[in-house]
Amino acid sequence: MDKLGSIFLPPAKSTIAGEVDSLFNFINGTSLLILVAIMAVIFYLLIKYRRKSDDDVISLNDHNTALEIVWSTIPVFLVVYIFYRGFTDYIKIGSAPDDAYEIQVIGQKWNWTFKYANGNTSPNVLHVPAGRPVKLVMQSRDVLHSFYIPDYRVKHDVIPGRYTSLWFEAIEPGESTVFCTEYCGTSHSNMMARVIVHTGEEFDKWLKESGGRPSDTPLAEYGKQLYSKSGCQTCHSIDGTKLVGPSYKGAFGATHTFADGTSAVVDENYIKNSILNPNAQVVAGYAPVMPTYQGILSNDDIDAIIEFIKELKELK
Amino acid sequence: MDNTITSPKNGLKIKRFTSPDHPKVNFAQAEKGIKAWLTTIDHKKIGLMYLGSIAFFFFIGGLLALTLRLELWTPAKTFLDADAYNQVFTLHGAIMIFLVLVPSVPAALGNFFLPIMVGAKDVAFPRLNLLSFYIYLAGAFFSLYSIVTGAVDTGWTFYTPYSAQSSTSVVSMTFGVFVLGFSSILTGLNFIVTIHKLRVPGLTWGKLPLFLWAIYATSVIQILATPVLAITLLLLIMERTLQIGIFDPTLGGDPVLYQHFFWFYSHPAVYIMILPGFGVISEIIGIFSKRRVFGYWFIALSSIAIALMGFLVWGHHMFVSGQSTLSSIVFSMITFLVGIPTGIKIFNWVATMYKGSISLRTPMWYALMFLFLFTIGGFTGIMLGTLSVDVHLHDTYYVVAHFHYVMMGGMLVAFLGGIHLWWPKMTGRMYNEKLANLAAFLIFVGFNMTFFTQFILGSKGMPRRYYNYIDQFQSLHQFSTVGSWVLGVGFSIILYYLLHSLGKKGVIAPKNPWGARSLEWITQTPPVMENFEYTPVVIHGPYDFHKPIAEFEYGIEGSDSHGHEHHKDQHVNIHSVNV
Amino acid sequence: MAHSSNSTLAHHFVDSEQQFDASKMGMWIFLVTEILFFGGLFATYIIYRAWYPDLYIMASSQLDTSMGAINTGILILSSLTMALSIWAAQHNDRKKTTIFLAVTIICAISFMIIKYFEYTHKFHLGIFPGANYTFTGIDHVKAPQFFSIYFMMTGLHGIHVIIGIGLISWLIFKNQKQAFNSSYYTPIEIIGLYWHVVDIIWIFLFPLLYLID
Repeated sequence: MDKLGSIFLPPAKSTIAGEVDSLFNFINGTSLLILVAIMAVIFYLLIKYRRKSDDDVISLNDHNTALEIVWSTIPVFLVVYIFYRGFTDYIKIGSAPDDAYEIQVIGQKWNWTFKYANGNTSPNVLHVPAGRPVKLVMQSRDVLHSFYIPDYRVKHDVIPGRYTSLWFEAIEPGESTVFCTEYCGTSHSNMMARVIVHTGEEFDKWLKESGGRPSDTPLAEYGKQLYSKSGCQTCHSIDGTKLVGPSYKGAFGATHTFADGTSAVVDENYIKNSILNPNAQVVAGYAPVMPTYQGILSNDDIDAIIEFIKELKELK
Repeated sequence: MDNTITSPKNGLKIKRFTSPDHPKVNFAQAEKGIKAWLTTIDHKKIGLMYLGSIAFFFFIGGLLALTLRLELWTPAKTFLDADAYNQVFTLHGAIMIFLVLVPSVPAALGNFFLPIMVGAKDVAFPRLNLLSFYIYLAGAFFSLYSIVTGAVDTGWTFYTPYSAQSSTSVVSMTFGVFVLGFSSILTGLNFIVTIHKLRVPGLTWGKLPLFLWAIYATSVIQILATPVLAITLLLLIMERTLQIGIFDPTLGGDPVLYQHFFWFYSHPAVYIMILPGFGVISEIIGIFSKRRVFGYWFIALSSIAIALMGFLVWGHHMFVSGQSTLSSIVFSMITFLVGIPTGIKIFNWVATMYKGSISLRTPMWYALMFLFLFTIGGFTGIMLGTLSVDVHLHDTYYVVAHFHYVMMGGMLVAFLGGIHLWWPKMTGRMYNEKLANLAAFLIFVGFNMTFFTQFILGSKGMPRRYYNYIDQFQSLHQFSTVGSWVLGVGFSIILYYLLHSLGKKGVIAPKNPWGARSLEWITQTPPVMENFEYTPVVIHGPYDFHKPIAEFEYGIEGSDSHGHEHHKDQHVNIHSVNV
Repeated sequence: MAHSSNSTLAHHFVDSEQQFDASKMGMWIFLVTEILFFGGLFATYIIYRAWYPDLYIMASSQLDTSMGAINTGILILSSLTMALSIWAAQHNDRKKTTIFLAVTIICAISFMIIKYFEYTHKFHLGIFPGANYTFTGIDHVKAPQFFSIYFMMTGLHGIHVIIGIGLISWLIFKNQKQAFNSSYYTPIEIIGLYWHVVDIIWIFLFPLLYLID
């Protein structure tokens, strides 16, 4: 049954995954058995009682209350059992341990941001320790999203104006993918994040050292990392292609004209303002859909991005 | 043969009426020309107009499906951009649900056959029936008009706040669906009154064909559930136009409230979409096993049970939405219970085949396909109703596969079965059965290729409504897409031979090619305008194949005899005829 | 096809009694859908009132209770006159039928006139549904929402009153052409049913919206 299950399921990387899989396999197995049994009976009946002539003798027996009761109550017992197992596991899935390590999650069109207790922020990558329960406290900044990690078998909707949560315990170090699984617009299917599971020590080390630019990484190079990690690349190209937002290629120093007719030169202030207050000046020909990164990108992060964009001016 | 008998109960004199297979003037010949069709109040023509419209919209919805499956051939862009893809899947869902599945069997087959099956000359309110059809067209117009004004990309569920804020033509489409709801309501209303009030003498509730029990239960749901969708969509339209702040959190509303309102209709709606299919399957299995359907009252009343219990499970679409744990638990429990009456049906249908005389004609092949595909759909529904597993499977391709198995593998297959069962009666023509069986086989193969794969995609973690996907899923997606082409071929073949049967070279069908006993098979092929040239009186049940057909041809002279209190004489006390 | 001597009997019915029964049943079923339609709004009301009980008490004081009460009385009277018009038709009194129908319409129009004054007074104060709300007299952040619900419920009800006016006018028109008598008055009966439900909905709306303070 587990082998069959592995065709259907991703690897079981959280502590609850095994139990969920076991119930999944049980339901699959039981369903398969009953389906095969029903089909076998039908197949048998089709052959045994196929019409041989127009005068075939048929049975006039058209009801049997005892039979009805039997084949109603047995399924009831079966579903009550399945319900019970599902219910107990559901309670576990919904009850984070008191000592769970809390991480804040912000979902917005179309990226995820994670904020840690020590003030670190990591865009689109969730860092967690193995062997410790982790609780995600989530909110949306715009529309409904849903946070889903298939490997861990956990999911919960992320709602604007309200906090929701989910918890999990990753069994061992490794990586998994997070998907947004509540339709949220154009790039819904691009709204992915990565989960990196560290050993306990590595995680503490990461917490101390990062959440910001490593001291040996120059600004522009860090800006380039942020460009992909923070989701900028979803809407801004670096090769001149017009996407949801203007391309960064050759942008620094150029003059942008806005929807209201005014214009400005793309300098450091303009870039910073566009990141923190994106819809104050919308370039003509583009929709005012950029979310704000206030509270998500630090000042150093913004400086790095500015340096990265500056470099693109020199590219052909 | 005694041609006249007298009811011992009330002195009603009934006699046998024989008629040739084909009338001199059938209903299509009685009034000719396009104008006659467009202004007709004849339920049969209205049923056929619905059938044509539904087939047309199914074709459009199908093209959209082929388009989106083609886009999914490669992980990133194949030929559509993301916005276009999102609009395609939204339109596909909205068209298939509101323009095809919800009306399907009731509006096309129900309209044609319900009055004939109760022995009446028409439905209770024929002009309302025509109005229903035009409301359907108006709703279709508004929904499709949204395509040209900017399309809709919210998914057919229109979840807020995205739908309240999206720049697409949400108002046009939701207004279209709002209008369509009235068509559904009026049809249901007509059917309930017809079954209650227009049955001929002898047709007690226990002698109704099970198809009518199914239509009746469906109509009850249509009456109770559709108005709630109407007000939900109206509130959404108000939210978009006036910003009233009921669902949009930036205006102080609650997005989860929208989901409760929406699913309160939309869950019963899925029973609207499947119960008529169950009714068709009952007819087919009974006729082609040449046996009384086993457990008649269990099947009849299980439809009513499903209709009522179906109102109590809407929250199983919302286990991870943020609703309370307690509600989720209650909804899951009741969801399991509502599966039981359906299981009862399946077992009774199989039991019907026991010690019967089974004939494997095209309608029966569809019924067998239904049993297999719908059972898989039903079991995967149990999987989704299981709280802990649903956390993993919700909003993935597993859900997409589940509902395609029940809606397409179930309802649509049953609809096709019904079309193939009743085609000779409606049109007087017989289709090419070899081609029909080939098409059925292709549909079965194509369907499983397309959708079984999606169970695997879903449980492996592929979310739904995804334009892009991760590389490892590509081969499964490609396999599914090839399956969709096989489906396309199958449906094209059906279109071909059905249209061919109507042409000059089409084969004329006999009155009762399957040897059935319900009233629609007793009357001529195609039926005359008033359905019968006498008032039928029912002596036996609709599945009494062991009784000679002659005993089903009894009735009284004329149809609207003044002063004769016919409709009160439901219990004609005759169980056998002196031969 | 034999024609009934009774030209009001549709061809597919066996006799007038069957037709009358079917028509009444059809109208009752339709009215069930109306109740569920408004039911969604009542559910919204209940939910938001449960969440913001203070708002509802405060906001309700902005509604003119005496105007609402008068309207309630007017509608109840109109239901009476509607019932009387049916009684008159049953007694073959064509003149009284028209008179009672006309009084019903007058009541309905009065109801709408009072509604008009209520609405315009609110607009004058800046109380509009949704985004156009500018009134500052209620100290609650959710105040616009109460009034959105108020306008939706009373507005939808008002639309149904207007439809009723149209239907009853049609009845007068047909009655003057001698379409109704003691053996055929089905349209009056079923439109009467419709009118009673419109009245009953208001009887629930009035205390829920106006009488909370």
